[in-house]
Amino acid sequence: MYNFEFTKPTTVEDAAKAMSAEGAQALGGGQTLLPTMKQRLAMPEILVSLTDVEGMVGVSKAGTTLTIGGGTTHAQVATDAAASYPGLSALADGIGDPAVRNRGTIGGSLANNDPAACYPAAALASGATITTNKRDILADNYFQGMFETALDETEIVTAVSFPIPEKSNYQKFVQPASRFALVGVFVAKTADGVRVAVTGASNGGVYRWTEAETALNGDFSARAIEDMSGDATDMITDLHGSAEYRAHLVGVLTRRAVVASS
Amino acid sequence: MAADGGMGHATKRREDVRFLMGLGKYCDDHTPAKTSYCAFARSNVANGKINSIDTVAAAGMPGVLAVFTGEDFAEVGGNPAGWLINSRDGEPMKEPKRPVLAYGKVRHVGDAYAAVIAETLEQAMDAVEAIEADIDELDAVVKMADALANDKTLVHDEIGTNQCFDWGWIEDNRAATDAAIKAAPHVTTLELVNNRLVPNAMEPRCSIGEYEPGTGDYKLTTTSQNPHLTRLLISAFVLGIPENKLTVHSPDVGGGFGSKIYHYGEEALVLAAAKKLNRPVKWTSTRTEAFLSDAHGRDHVTKIELACEKDGTFIAFRTETMANVGAYLSNFSTVTPTFLHGTLMAGNYTVPNVYVNVKAVFTNTAPVDAYRGAGRPEASFSLERVIDKAARELGINPIELRRKNFIKPDQYPFASAAGLEYDSGNYDALMDALEKRANLDGFEARCAESKKNGKLRGLGINSYVEACGIAPSNLVGILGARVGLYDAATVRVNATGNISVMVGAHSHGQGHETAFPQIVADMLGIDPLSIDIVHGDTSKIPFGMGTYGSRSLAVCGSAVFRATEKIIKKATLIAAHMLEDEPENVDFTDGDFAVKGTNKKVSFGEVALKAYIPHDFPIEFIEPGLEETAFYDPANFTYPSGAYGCEVEVDPETGKVDICAMVAIDDFGNVVNPMIVTGQVQGGLAQGIGQALLEHGIYDENGQLLSGSFMDYAMPRADDLPNFVVDHSNATPCTHNPIGAKGCGEAGAIGSPPTVVNAVIDALQRGGYDVEHIDMPVSPARVWAAMNA
Repeated sequence: MYNFEFTKPTTVEDAAKAMSAEGAQALGGGQTLLPTMKQRLAMPEILVSLTDVEGMVGVSKAGTTLTIGGGTTHAQVATDAAASYPGLSALADGIGDPAVRNRGTIGGSLANNDPAACYPAAALASGATITTNKRDILADNYFQGMFETALDETEIVTAVSFPIPEKSNYQKFVQPASRFALVGVFVAKTADGVRVAVTGASNGGVYRWTEAETALNGDFSARAIEDMSGDATDMITDLHGSAEYRAHLVGVLTRRAVVASS
Repeated sequence: MAADGGMGHATKRREDVRFLMGLGKYCDDHTPAKTSYCAFARSNVANGKINSIDTVAAAGMPGVLAVFTGEDFAEVGGNPAGWLINSRDGEPMKEPKRPVLAYGKVRHVGDAYAAVIAETLEQAMDAVEAIEADIDELDAVVKMADALANDKTLVHDEIGTNQCFDWGWIEDNRAATDAAIKAAPHVTTLELVNNRLVPNAMEPRCSIGEYEPGTGDYKLTTTSQNPHLTRLLISAFVLGIPENKLTVHSPDVGGGFGSKIYHYGEEALVLAAAKKLNRPVKWTSTRTEAFLSDAHGRDHVTKIELACEKDGTFIAFRTETMANVGAYLSNFSTVTPTFLHGTLMAGNYTVPNVYVNVKAVFTNTAPVDAYRGAGRPEASFSLERVIDKAARELGINPIELRRKNFIKPDQYPFASAAGLEYDSGNYDALMDALEKRANLDGFEARCAESKKNGKLRGLGINSYVEACGIAPSNLVGILGARVGLYDAATVRVNATGNISVMVGAHSHGQGHETAFPQIVADMLGIDPLSIDIVHGDTSKIPFGMGTYGSRSLAVCGSAVFRATEKIIKKATLIAAHMLEDEPENVDFTDGDFAVKGTNKKVSFGEVALKAYIPHDFPIEFIEPGLEETAFYDPANFTYPSGAYGCEVEVDPETGKVDICAMVAIDDFGNVVNPMIVTGQVQGGLAQGIGQALLEHGIYDENGQLLSGSFMDYAMPRADDLPNFVVDHSNATPCTHNPIGAKGCGEAGAIGSPPTVVNAVIDALQRGGYDVEHIDMPVSPARVWAAMNA
């Protein structure tokens, strides 16, 4: 690890100001950033911890929308969303291990947009809105490729609002070493239709599987997508699985998510 | 006998109290006054010519005390291979120099070419980044077949080839084996890969060098499984420090699994730097360095043929193997794929013909050496996979096929066709126990239940025999070993009756501090808690060969036994003197010396005190003191054996394998502490299942380690494993050591990989998939690919 400055602002305004400095980097739960820094693969000059920023932690329900503060840990989401949005709660409860879940935050995960992370699938499938210190961004516009988002350098994810679907489920097939998603599929059935988001599989990061959505809009059953699999064209091939394998898993996991959705 | 804590008692491990309370003291916990810190510059290319290394900027960085490059060690010796292997044509193996730091060329990613010593670790790491190395990247040889076919791209230019040796075992049996296979009614052939493993001990390596200018004494505190061997290598081969001027201390060590047997260049470097700077120098490996520079394990590519009669009687096994030794010969790298592998290729069977050919190959990858099992897992995997395939081809139940060819209990000692003499065993009894403990009668019903849930269930069977308790010095000497493989113990009875036992074996998780006192306590009839083990420090212990090859109890434990016998003999003399009778009239039972047929007796404690207060000793007959040393050299290897069973469920949609049951029936001979033995088997099973399903050290075509962190190298976790059934009650004692013990440290890692893979193939076959083999690790992606090929 290289030396760095450390600051811990208490307001969103102060945090944004601190992040405008040269070499500044936001620090959420640190579950990705700190290991990277320890290996000297990242060298921020100033770490801006968001842990003490007021008003960024918590889960609240208003009508059919669940709003989660950007600094809320996975463990808290798993607990506090269990009754209102069980599909999201179960996803949060399956991220990493207890240590990760008690430090890592939803805002950190969405800002990092790891192509194998779980939360991007939930946000995209739910049609969530990502709220920053500057604006609201629809999930459909937010994810822009591996580790790429619509955020600018001084933007902080302060909250994420999830329209609560009628039915939902997340199926994760783990990469055996990291236990990130080798492929993860989140299926959400709402009054406006079905949305299917896939993580882990594509070189382009999280994406919506629109062919399956169309089929499921006609008939929300595994049978409706029985012989379908993802398009392997731009999928990841690595030592854990080929593009063809991932494309196959996209189909399997989507069917399982439909069957398991509640 | 000690009522509690003697031989055979499941005493809890006393060392765990300090380990679990955070009171263990590992290498990195040692920081002598004025310690400086070392960091290494390591190659990021697999093969490269070093044009120049400019250290001027680095040397001028804050806190930097010294910078070393390979040039500084060009004149000192290389780190040698411990075993000379001759090729089939009689030529000795190619043995290129392994320098302290790479010089002229770098040969694998992670090969260290420079080192910085600084006041702090951060300063050393910063200075490493300031070293300007001009290295031309060359083409790399990564795959063994490519390396053998290629005489242009060489790992070591000076030897003119990438082949280290071409070994035949037993060469005189080659023609007969070839003829037998040619004439055989049935031949089953299988090509397979034994996957490269990264050891990943919980504690990375760490070495601290110290130098005393007043006396000229050096001290190396290091993570070693065998401190005396490390001292010998540094003294006699590398730095030339006289053995009596070098102490090697290996304190608490967090696991080794083989990777800490060997002497590494970092150890020599911190010693040389400590002398130059007249300050202690500490290096602690990062996890990344461990992945790149610890000796890896396995990495064989094999073709095996099994010839048999139509009724399944085995006629011959013939094996051709390429064994990767990586970029340099690590200390045991040449014996592991040869004598620790080829000699086991008759398995548990009365097969008359065995021939093994092994080509050892240099590649631009990390060195490969012994890793838990060391050659024997490779042997067992090849044998038991091809036997399973033969069973299917012949339509014979795999258990029956094995039983048909088992060596029977009345055939011991049995001279195997691969050149070993097995002393004892009862393989049918182990298989009987397996059938019972694994509840094989209920298998078909469980299959049907799995099918109902959309899963494919399979049963894998394996029987293994291994050779451990390494090793008889006279035999290994004939076979090319450059060291002896005895061990040693000193039993020192103190005046107040408590005992220190100095042993040559090193405990880095094995539980010696609990088990060895059980032997002494049992023999002396005293409380084991009054006995302590001293190990790991060459200034305190007799010259021993350390811990590996499941040897600690069978070899060093036998030395403890012999030394304790000498104690009893000497104490009997003293007791006879005290009792005013002849020694032959004095019996020693339950901790008391008594004159036969009388009630005259003295306790062991009274004798101990007398030994050190010899006011009235007949000193011409009895020396004062009560301390004895024994060096024990085994007469033969020991031969643990086992029957293993595994049930898996395969998810046909994803290819994921779940292990439903794993049953390990082992014969370890006599067991000193059954709880520790069970733990050893459980750990071995976890590592074997890790190899079978998860672990893979995999390089790309440029020699970059793709699985170079835990993000990509899958270690087995608790939830990957079932509840194990472990049973070592079916014992046939070893016939040639005084304890009757065989060794249990590696068995689980030897027996389980073929068991798991056999189960997966059985599941697929029962499910109607024509899949004969899947290389390890049997990952979901590989299973799915095989099912859809």
